[in-house]
Amino acid sequence: MKKPELLVTPGSVNEIERQIEAGADAFIIGEQRYGLRLAGEFSREEIKEAVTLAHEHGKKVYVAVNAIFHNKIADELDEYVQFVKEAGADAIVFGDPAVLMAVRAAAPGFSLHWSPETIATNWYTANYWGKRGAVRAVLARELSMDAVIETKENAEVAIEVQVHGMTCMFQSKRPLLGHYFEYMGKNMEIEKRQGAQNMLLHDEERNNKYPIYEDQNGTHIMSPNDMCIIDELQDMIEAEIDSFKIDGVLQTEDYRVAVTKLYRKAIDLCVENPDQYEEEKEALLEAAEALQQDHRPLDSGFFFKETVY
Amino acid sequence: MEALKNDSISTIVDGKRVIVKKPELLAPAGTLEKLKIAVRYGADAVYIGGQEYGLRSNAGNFTFDEMKEGVEFARQYGAKVYVTTNIFAHNENIDGLEDYLRGLGEVGVNGIIVADPLIIETCRRVAPNVEVHLSTQQSLSNWRAVQYWKEEGLDRVVLARETTGEEMRLMKEKVDIEIETFIHGAMCIAYSGRCVLSNHMTARDSNRGGCCQSCRWDYNLVEMEDGIESAITQEGDSPFAMSPKDLRLVQSIPGMIELGIDSLKIEGRMKSIHYIATVVSVYRKVIDAYCADPENFKIQPEWLEELEKCANRPAAPAFFEGTPGADEQLFGVHGKKASHDFTGLVVDYDEDTQIVTLQQRNFFRPGDTVEFFGPNMDTFTQVVGTVVDEDGNELDAARHPLQIVQFKVDRPVSKDDMMRKGL
Repeated sequence: MKKPELLVTPGSVNEIERQIEAGADAFIIGEQRYGLRLAGEFSREEIKEAVTLAHEHGKKVYVAVNAIFHNKIADELDEYVQFVKEAGADAIVFGDPAVLMAVRAAAPGFSLHWSPETIATNWYTANYWGKRGAVRAVLARELSMDAVIETKENAEVAIEVQVHGMTCMFQSKRPLLGHYFEYMGKNMEIEKRQGAQNMLLHDEERNNKYPIYEDQNGTHIMSPNDMCIIDELQDMIEAEIDSFKIDGVLQTEDYRVAVTKLYRKAIDLCVENPDQYEEEKEALLEAAEALQQDHRPLDSGFFFKETVY
Repeated sequence: MEALKNDSISTIVDGKRVIVKKPELLAPAGTLEKLKIAVRYGADAVYIGGQEYGLRSNAGNFTFDEMKEGVEFARQYGAKVYVTTNIFAHNENIDGLEDYLRGLGEVGVNGIIVADPLIIETCRRVAPNVEVHLSTQQSLSNWRAVQYWKEEGLDRVVLARETTGEEMRLMKEKVDIEIETFIHGAMCIAYSGRCVLSNHMTARDSNRGGCCQSCRWDYNLVEMEDGIESAITQEGDSPFAMSPKDLRLVQSIPGMIELGIDSLKIEGRMKSIHYIATVVSVYRKVIDAYCADPENFKIQPEWLEELEKCANRPAAPAFFEGTPGADEQLFGVHGKKASHDFTGLVVDYDEDTQIVTLQQRNFFRPGDTVEFFGPNMDTFTQVVGTVVDEDGNELDAARHPLQIVQFKVDRPVSKDDMMRKGL
């Protein structure tokens, strides 16, 4: 059986060192001017350092250029994708077709990962973007595991799925926190909380707490639970899903590194010694649970959940 | 807004500038009845939903037979019919798609509004005569992405609601493709397509028509510091809200026309015939007035008053005139009542007796002051006199929904005119 790539989201170049030690195979990095909901900001210099470091250890670096672009930044894309190519990164992660146009113009043939989040929902459309230059499709987190596996069976591109962490539920262009404080007459708060990442929307009816924060890309609202399927990897490994992602946005470095170690162990066991994995998977899940903050329980996301419409 | 450098938008007739590129006025039509009303009240095109693949699973939605009737009706008025086919499909939705799209082609609809490339490509293959318009669900907000879809052969793109007028100008300058944009109705506060609150909170898939509108709910804002939670929303404060005001761009229509925007779209397949009739007739007047004489155009106060009669939320010009501020959201309130109730639809009028036959749509009684309006008449008010039912029995009030009633009116009316009552 093929081992899926273990893809993580480091917050800094230093963290990449720790993550390599913890067993990560690949990294998504970038800056919020071009990329969405990143665990850290990487300047161009840092992207170059990250690529050098990762490549020394045989690891890969994908640069996030997956924002929803307006004209102004769309005009900068040629220059940025050219930089990413020259920095030696292994792929560009995109959702907006403007990036495809920029790569065609300024970095022809460069690897693209199609990752529009919520709207990557079927195999046909994954292949459509494959025909236009993508080598990988990153599937929506709102799909069931059966749908993920069916997609892989029909896909002409590599398939990446998130296996752990929080997911984005909502992105608005409007600064919704700032607007609330403004409405409340708390202009001081807007200043004070610029860039704050510790706020939550409390939904009393469901007793859920949704992280909410603002950045250059607008307002983001995140899932109340962290998904974790460390005990359910078998079927997707057997289906040869190409990449498992741990999204560590809004988490601490220590948390991210600890989770990487657990998944490294789980993937290795599941591939090399499936019986042993069966025996140890409950303990792995418990170890993951032990890392959680009280207000963020683990769940299995949409992998085993039916949605209706 | 400065005009696009494009002579094809206007010309000089007898020394006077007139607009020759009139944008299409595109209205929602959740049912066949709404389609007919929208077309009769002045829409150049309507968009409808079929039984599948559209984003309003609770709207009336058309069978193929109803679509056929709708297309034939619209054609008599020179109006077009587009079908929203804008879900993001899951694997399980692929089966049946070809038959569905082939059906749309056979019915003769003019175009489909699509978000998912699966549906774009399939439509090309099985229903090549149907135009393909990119849905706002693709959050299209820059000219290079517009260029991409142009090269993919799309006939028209619907922009993200987050696009400003200045951004549209550049798109129009750089890319030769039809642009459709929203002018009126409810808004998503998120980038359309990029919100799955509904999936998480109620297990209903927002991108396949199941949206439960979680963005209209109230929340409390709390702060987490070292594992300790403290409330930012205090007792007595308004809760955190992210509910957008509705879009209303009456004042921006001239700017849009000068930019050469091709289609002006009204939101609301779930809205009533009264809403559709009112909004369509106002924008019809705005567009016609501007195109006939742009230099002397003025927004008429009665147009805005008219829109208030069916508005269920306060309105704002979000995004076309720039990024909206806090005052373009609703805090502490969830909407408002329209200033008028829709009380009756004219079924018939007898010129000799001046008796109107009306289908009741809301409570009214003799003595009430009511208003009649319609596509081919000047609005007038009058006091309701004696009301009788179909059998000639005098009524103290018209209280039964859809009941047929009759009374005498001061001025002529015609079928499909409407009666409303101030609140």
